[in-house]
Amino acid sequence: MRLRRTLIAAACVAVAIPFIATAQDADTEKGIEKYRQMLRKDPWTNPGLLDADRGEILWKTPRGPKNVSLEQCDLGKGPGKVDGAFAELPRYFADADRVMDLETRILWCMEKLQGFNRADLVKRPHPGGGQPIKELGAIATYVASKSSGLKFAAKAELPKEKDAIALGEVLFNRRSGPFDFACSTCHASSGLRIRLQGLPFLADPKEAREVVGQWPAYRVSSAHVMTMQHRLYDCFWQMRMPELQLGSELSVALIAYLVKMAEGGEISAPGLKR
Amino acid sequence: MRMFSTVIVPIVTVVLAGATAAFAQQNLAKPSVDPARVDAVVTDAFPTAPVDLRPRLVPDETMSSCSANRNSPPKSIAEAIQKRERAAIHYPADGKFLGDWKNGEKLAQSGYGLRFTDYPPRQEIGGNCYACHQITDQEVSYGTLGPSLLGYGKLRDFKQAVAKAVYEKIYDSHAAFPCSTMPRFGASKILTVDQIKDIVALLMSPESPVNK
Repeated sequence: MRLRRTLIAAACVAVAIPFIATAQDADTEKGIEKYRQMLRKDPWTNPGLLDADRGEILWKTPRGPKNVSLEQCDLGKGPGKVDGAFAELPRYFADADRVMDLETRILWCMEKLQGFNRADLVKRPHPGGGQPIKELGAIATYVASKSSGLKFAAKAELPKEKDAIALGEVLFNRRSGPFDFACSTCHASSGLRIRLQGLPFLADPKEAREVVGQWPAYRVSSAHVMTMQHRLYDCFWQMRMPELQLGSELSVALIAYLVKMAEGGEISAPGLKR
Repeated sequence: MRMFSTVIVPIVTVVLAGATAAFAQQNLAKPSVDPARVDAVVTDAFPTAPVDLRPRLVPDETMSSCSANRNSPPKSIAEAIQKRERAAIHYPADGKFLGDWKNGEKLAQSGYGLRFTDYPPRQEIGGNCYACHQITDQEVSYGTLGPSLLGYGKLRDFKQAVAKAVYEKIYDSHAAFPCSTMPRFGASKILTVDQIKDIVALLMSPESPVNK
């Protein structure tokens, strides 16, 4: 019932948007913000929660060639400990000898514990528009939702953790590709837009704290949950770069940098996006 | 005029000195990252990139200096960038800078092209100008990453010299503004000379809705 209400509300808003767009700038911005508020009003109407539930079932069900669940997967707080784990990621994992964000860690557990083929998992890891989120993403949505209400508190004390953040900052500012774009092209100032889409100033802790904790988020325009790895993949697509690989060092470093910027910001996953 | 510059110079110097000091401090606190390692990490992150898309992973000299200087290059580097990028500009064979503004508007609207899902190409590559610029009153869905271009030609008396400067800015913005955030539409072969002329006409033609 609640879901149905959300969908109807979303449909009404979607119809209203073109009319809002004909008004002046400030009105447009206000209209979009009102739409976001409507969607946020009742958090239980977020369709992303269905994927969090699906992710919980996937986490607990014996699967893969080894037919085991992920309940032995150590997300950093000990095998099977999900509550609050996302709030302390990315972190260094000694067993893998590298820093990992949530999705990279789940990928590692699916490969090492369940025996899935890594190449298969990273081949098409993200859903197309209108398609439901893939299994790995649903699991990430579940784990992230179990840190909702907590604040980002990755320790970042170890040299490899500090190094990931420093690398992330360099990558955030590194321009290349046919358009000469870096992340900083769009995310290094406040109050700017692409077309009507507002762009967060991600190198600014104040703005990063507001937005980073909303991922994974249900995206109304594509009708599925989008994870942080998927968000980055989509940014690189838009930047005219090739396909970013899930679990790559680059993706982890950028997430480590973003989470560092968002340190102390509240996690409200799954969030709701345009 | 002279007094004006005398007042401005100390202010600029103070601001620049402040920024440099802050930058130096930031640098001290952070572990440094080896540029060769950064390149390796980037290559590794796009393992399925087709051969013809791989050059995108490697910044050219201009982009390397812009990234390293966070897009605020010191004077000597800024001048080197300008010189290099100015040399990259090819001019129209007929010496004319204004094409068809209607096609310019079409190109300004289109964001199609060069994304990895755009191969093989199904339509012409766009300039996507509206993504970042306000251009006409009619289009309210515009971005604000770049300055508003509303009334561009009219405000500049439709001068021929301005049309040439606009052509150069679209062809390679770094020739005018080193480390500009705008793509080098001509130099990077995103748009053709004729397409750039059409966009110049959109901004500079008295008939264009930009100047109505």
